[in-house]
Parts: sequence; C-alpha cells; structure tokens
Amino acid sequence: MLLQVKDVTRAFGGVKALDGVSLAVAEGKVHGLIGPNGAGKTTLINVLSGIIAPSSGEVFFRDRPVHTLPAHQLAALGFARTFQNIRLFPAMTCLDNVLAGQHLVAPRPYFPRLFCLPSARQEEKELRRQAMACLVRVGIEFKAHFQARALSYGERRRLEIARALASRPSLLLLDEPVAGMRRKEVQEVGDLIRSLAAEGMTVLLIEHNMSFVMGLCSTITVLNFGRTLITGTPDQVSHHPEVMEAYLGVREHHA
Amino acid sequence: MEALAQFFAIYGSLINFIGINAILALSLYLTLAAGQLSMGSAAFAGIGGYTAGILTMKLGVPFLPAVAAGSVVAGIAGLLIGLPVLRLTGVFLAIATLSFGEVVRIAVLNVDITGGAQGLVGIPNHTKTWGIYLALMVVGYGIARLRYSRIGWCFESIREDETAAKAMGIDTTYYKILAFVLGAMLAGFAGALYAHLNYLITPREFGFSVAVDLLIYNIVGGTRAWYGPVFGAILLTALPEILRGTGITAGPMRMATNGLILLAVILFLPNGLVSIFRRTGTKREKSPLAASEEA
Repeated sequence: MLLQVKDVTRAFGGVKALDGVSLAVAEGKVHGLIGPNGAGKTTLINVLSGIIAPSSGEVFFRDRPVHTLPAHQLAALGFARTFQNIRLFPAMTCLDNVLAGQHLVAPRPYFPRLFCLPSARQEEKELRRQAMACLVRVGIEFKAHFQARALSYGERRRLEIARALASRPSLLLLDEPVAGMRRKEVQEVGDLIRSLAAEGMTVLLIEHNMSFVMGLCSTITVLNFGRTLITGTPDQVSHHPEVMEAYLGVREHHA
Repeated sequence: MEALAQFFAIYGSLINFIGINAILALSLYLTLAAGQLSMGSAAFAGIGGYTAGILTMKLGVPFLPAVAAGSVVAGIAGLLIGLPVLRLTGVFLAIATLSFGEVVRIAVLNVDITGGAQGLVGIPNHTKTWGIYLALMVVGYGIARLRYSRIGWCFESIREDETAAKAMGIDTTYYKILAFVLGAMLAGFAGALYAHLNYLITPREFGFSVAVDLLIYNIVGGTRAWYGPVFGAILLTALPEILRGTGITAGPMRMATNGLILLAVILFLPNGLVSIFRRTGTKREKSPLAASEEA
C-alpha cells in the first residue's frame, strides 16, 4: 500500500470533521473518495497534504509516518494536490503557473542566472519545454501565455492539474477535479487521470459526479459524518444499503 | 561642461537623494515581492545608518567595512524581528513592523551613543554620487535577475497564494524570512550610504513618514517589475523640485500633491507606472525563449 490512513480524527472546536477514518490507497490505482456534503472529504485531503494537522491518528506513506510533516515536506516526498476552490497564481500566465510548479524538480540556481551563464539558459529552455508538455497533457497549451485569471472555470481546473503534474508527483490528490465542467471536458479529464494511473501514478480523488467516479476508480471509499462507511469496488459500493441511505435518505415507512 | 557643473552644484544633493531613495524603495520591493507588507524598511535603514555612522565616526572604521557592518546589523535585526512577526499577514504585519519602527526611533532618541534627538553629528562625508548610482545599478541588476531563479519563483508563488505555494513544496516560512532579511540588509545598506552623505543623521529621518513614503514609491511605481519602485522613487523625490519651478512650495502642499498623485495612480494605473511600459492584459509579452517553444 502506498498510503495508509489509520484512525485519523480532526476536530474543529466541538465538531469532529473526521472521526476515526481509516483507508489504504494502492499504488498505481485511482481511488475515489465520495460522500455527502460535510462528510469530511476535503478535510481528509487537507490532512493528507499537510495543510492542516490531524487531531489524532496516523498516516503512512510507503510505510513511513508522515502525519507530522508540514505540507512542503510532504510535497517533497511526492504528494501533489489541487484545491476544491481552485488556488492558482492568478496574475501569472498559465505557463508561469506550471513553471512555478516545477519548484521541487528544478534547481534554478541564482548565480548562473546572475552572470547569464549558458547553463542557466539551457536549464530555462528545458524547463519551459517540460512545462509546455504539462499544458499539452491537460489540453490547454493554446492558453499558455494567457493570465490564469483569464481562463474559464474548466480550464482553471485543468491548469491546476498541470501545475500539480509539474512536480512529477507519485501521489496526486484531486479535490473535485471535474466540478463545473462540461461533459466533453469531464471525459477528457477522465482519460487524463486514466493515463496517469497507467504510468504508475497513484490518484486519490474527491468527486460528486457519480458516473465519473464509478467509471474511473478501481476502489472507492465512502465517508459519512466523518466516518468511513465502506471501502470497496464501485460495484460493491453502489449496492451498499448504507451508501444508498446516505445519498438518498432514509425511506419513510408508512403504516 | 560649465552648465553641467552648475546643474550639479544646484541639484547634486537632490540627485543623491533620488539614488538613495531608489535603493530604499527596492529594499521594500524585495519584501513586497514575497507578498509581505512590511513598514519596517525605514527603521532598518536607521539601524544601518547609525551603525555605520558610529563605526566610522567614533571608532575610525574605514567607510566600506562600516557600510557592510551597517547592512549586516540591519539584516540581523530583520531576522530577529522577522521570526516572530512573519506569522502575521497583511495589515497586521504592517502594524507590527510599524510598531517596530517606532521602537527603534524612540530607542535612538534616548540612547547616548546615537546623539539623541540632535542626531549623530560629524559623520565623515564619504558617499559619492557615482558610488550611489553604481550601487543602485548593481542592486537593480541583482534584483532583476532574481526573476526566473529559484528564489524569484518562490517569492512570486508566495505572493500569489501562500497555501498553494506550500502544497507545491515551497518552505514558505523560510522564503518569507529570506525576503524580509534581504530587504532589511538592503535598507541598512542604503541607510549607511545616507549617513555618510550629509555629516549628520537624526531619528526623524527614519521615522513613520519615511516608512510611508517608501511604500508610496512602490505603489506609484508598481510592484510588478523591479524598476517600478525605482521610477516611483525618482518621480516622487524629484517632484517637490519640479513643483518649486511651477510655484508650489514644499510643506503641506507637497504632501497634498503626493496624495493626489497616489490617488490618480491607484485610480487609473492600479499596477503602477510600470503598467505604462509593460502590458499586463490577458496576453503578456513573450520572451524570445517562450516564443521559440510555441512551435
């Protein structure tokens, strides 16, 4: 298992957003995280990526405890993420967003640049080529020199994925990657995620679009009120009575 | 040649002030580049100025080592104050650094070695105009080359979105403190040059109004490019002299005019004067490298 979450709890004041969540994510697989609003999905992604600390519980990445590490150290281990509310660098161009995302893989030393050494120029050229390749991969290369704030909603989500890919992560955490997208775009992002997994990348994603999740994920974990309801294949999950109850509500029995 | 010498005799000190203010504005720009609104630059300049002045005047230290020492002492002060206050963001950081500036000013007023309210009098006059502008060019070039370097990307990412920068693997605390300390060192450097310009420095020259002026240079010039603050400093330092020619004298009228210009810039050029030279629309100018990669 690439990632193991053991009994993670996170309380905000008196509210337990996560209440003893455990799950395991297999390497090279697409793992879905679903559940009604307020189930704690985004909180879990925030805990996993180090943006917030768990109140208790443990997280292991390649059998190494990582729940005490800050976000930037987790990123250095191979975590990358996108945000539900999209956190791009709005005043930068798309290409610059991805170039910034290369932070972990690009040394970019200052002194060769200060003295305009050829090595700095070579590095810059190579990094731009790679950044462009990331934009091509998510399909927005034609917007490379537009400011991020000028993009459409779906394009912003894709740019955020491109920026995450720039650091060549081994674990990609996607918080609602296709929210607000048109059907064709949803399909394209689905294909992209499938091809990333085929290359060995592990993806953990939150999504409300059920057909997207069911068609893409090999394993799905359902959260409800901060607890794990079930982890299983899409088929197992969709026929689980408690899942149907959590999504559709309890049937009222009339006498 | 005669006319040039005469021009310099009249405007020499103004030209010096413009250079010093430009370096000071760049010191604040370094901190702003990482998204940290600091109002401490004037105080760091004061620390650098007093340190260097005391060293050359009372201890007979040569000029350049004294300037270096002023810069380093200001940097150390920046590190000590930066570690606790950089947990704050936005206006709260501005308030904390402003209070630090007041602490420095009042300390300088009440300590014997700094000469109190009368200031430090009799500092040897070592700073030359060519020295100021050489320093400005070196500093400007160094800051310009930061862009596209590791540090430059980190600063810009933190300014744009700190949480996203963290998730991308940037140690935001380290780079914020780096920006703060580099800014403090540069301010200390400019302060040390300033101290050796006019035989004396007083606490007032590093007070609140200077801290605000430095911020105004950055806003008027624009913080999207390194030369913005330089333009801002040149324009606003020379403005009183230009206005004198048109009959508006220094004093309240000068401050009112500064305010009006600031208002006009904010209203019509939200990205500062640099946006006249640099289009910041949806499509930005392409570097030759980027253009070659598009094919």
